[in-house]
Amino acid sequence: MRDVAHDGRDRSSEDYSSENSAGRTPADRGDPILQIDSVDLGYDELLVVSGVSLEVYGGELVGLVGGNGSGKSTILRAVSGMIQPRAGRILFGGRAVGKGSPHQMAEMGIAHVPMGRQLFPNMTVEQNLALGAYLPEPRKHRAGSLAHVYDLFPDLHGKRKVVAAALSGGQQQMIAIGRALMLRPKLLIMDEPSLGLAPRLVKEVMQAIRLVSQTGLPILLVEQNVKQVLQISDRTYVLENGKLVVEGPSKQLMGDEKIRRAYLGL
Amino acid sequence: MRIINFSHGDFVVIGMYTAIVLYTQLGWDPLLSLLVALPLGFLLGVVLERLILSRLVDVPEGSTLLATLGLSLVVQNTLMLSFGASPRSLNVAYGSATVNLGPMTLSVIQLVAGGIVLVVIAGLYLFLNYTERGQAVRATSQNRLGAELVGINTRSVHSLVFGVGVALSVAAGIILIPQLFVTPVITGPVFTLKAFVVTVLGGLGNVWGAIGGGLLLGVVEVLGAAYISFDYRDAYGLVAFLLILLLRPEGLFGRTVKRV
Repeated sequence: MRDVAHDGRDRSSEDYSSENSAGRTPADRGDPILQIDSVDLGYDELLVVSGVSLEVYGGELVGLVGGNGSGKSTILRAVSGMIQPRAGRILFGGRAVGKGSPHQMAEMGIAHVPMGRQLFPNMTVEQNLALGAYLPEPRKHRAGSLAHVYDLFPDLHGKRKVVAAALSGGQQQMIAIGRALMLRPKLLIMDEPSLGLAPRLVKEVMQAIRLVSQTGLPILLVEQNVKQVLQISDRTYVLENGKLVVEGPSKQLMGDEKIRRAYLGL
Repeated sequence: MRIINFSHGDFVVIGMYTAIVLYTQLGWDPLLSLLVALPLGFLLGVVLERLILSRLVDVPEGSTLLATLGLSLVVQNTLMLSFGASPRSLNVAYGSATVNLGPMTLSVIQLVAGGIVLVVIAGLYLFLNYTERGQAVRATSQNRLGAELVGINTRSVHSLVFGVGVALSVAAGIILIPQLFVTPVITGPVFTLKAFVVTVLGGLGNVWGAIGGGLLLGVVEVLGAAYISFDYRDAYGLVAFLLILLLRPEGLFGRTVKRV
């Protein structure tokens, strides 16, 4: 795989905001916590994502939506250091994300709620959560973080001695989110949290995400469920065939005729 | 993880020859050799995992099986070259000592072996359930990606686990050699087969099942040898194994593992 460094094609975020996101003023939010700067991503001969730029600022809930094969997962792999950008760069807290294993991402302070939850099925809810604070720094605050998670999701407290496999899909998703919070992360990334859940549970999970976002934690929410994401997020990026087609404040996109017709079926 | 180690028995044999060499060359009692062999066995396991098995993560399960089978052949033939094919044993002074307990007569060596096994089981239990590292091991075996995402270096967990496995097999060999004969090529596969039967009986990946399976295999073999015919001692366990697999394919204590 080629490893092309920064090739000078980067557009500054100001250009973007003047183009299509009227209400956004990055200047008064300081530097972004996550900055994806016009990256090209792919595997071997295949170019999957080209020229994508995306920022997540402190306290924001940012949605990244798109259909199957639009390149969402590839972007996540690059953020977690599993693949390297062919062009452009990815900065987390101002530092370039290097190549490495997923556990190094946790050490940097990025918590990842993976697709399919990936819990420890034969462990209790509390053991699952406790393992979220495995690293030395979060371990010091384990008891406090646990209380915080139970505050957010009181249902889990009642089931804390039950093995994770015995809980419903929605509750398992809460465990996955709770486990990620135990890391005391600087950024939370969620990959398709609504996947495989009944519509009622999807609403429940989205409310939970909104709740977590209100604690001030920046979140990048990757989803196929465009409607749900637009309802809870501050800003949304829409990806199609590896390119960003629309981005802007979610409220504004909700009102956009084209979006409504193409993604919301209205 | 989820590696079936087909060289397991050969590490038992390495332990046996280690005890023999240390006894004949330096006059060390097997229990003294144990203290030295445990850390060395651990190190050997870690090195082998790094060299061989760590390259076989995320490949079809058959690959690790073949790799450990190959390792088994290498170990067997290296031992054969060094020690020759004739059976060896180790006669310690207390080798035939017994203790009378009411109507029972117990061999001291077997009592010591049983005691060490209890200590090892207790140690493993405490490690897996009450230490952070032990929880990391359990987490890695239940969901590797999940473990990575909370910051567990699962590669180092794999090395640790294989190291512990090899250290324990070496220890088993050292404890067993005063009451058995060893040959480089035949002894290893017998132990591998028994270990395999025991783990499958208990349900793969189930520590308590393995202990239960071990007890069951031992009792079936001894009862068969005592009441039917001694000559088929190893066969009774295998017959019981086949019967149990027919009725409970997931093992006696196996859970059908759900992924979440």
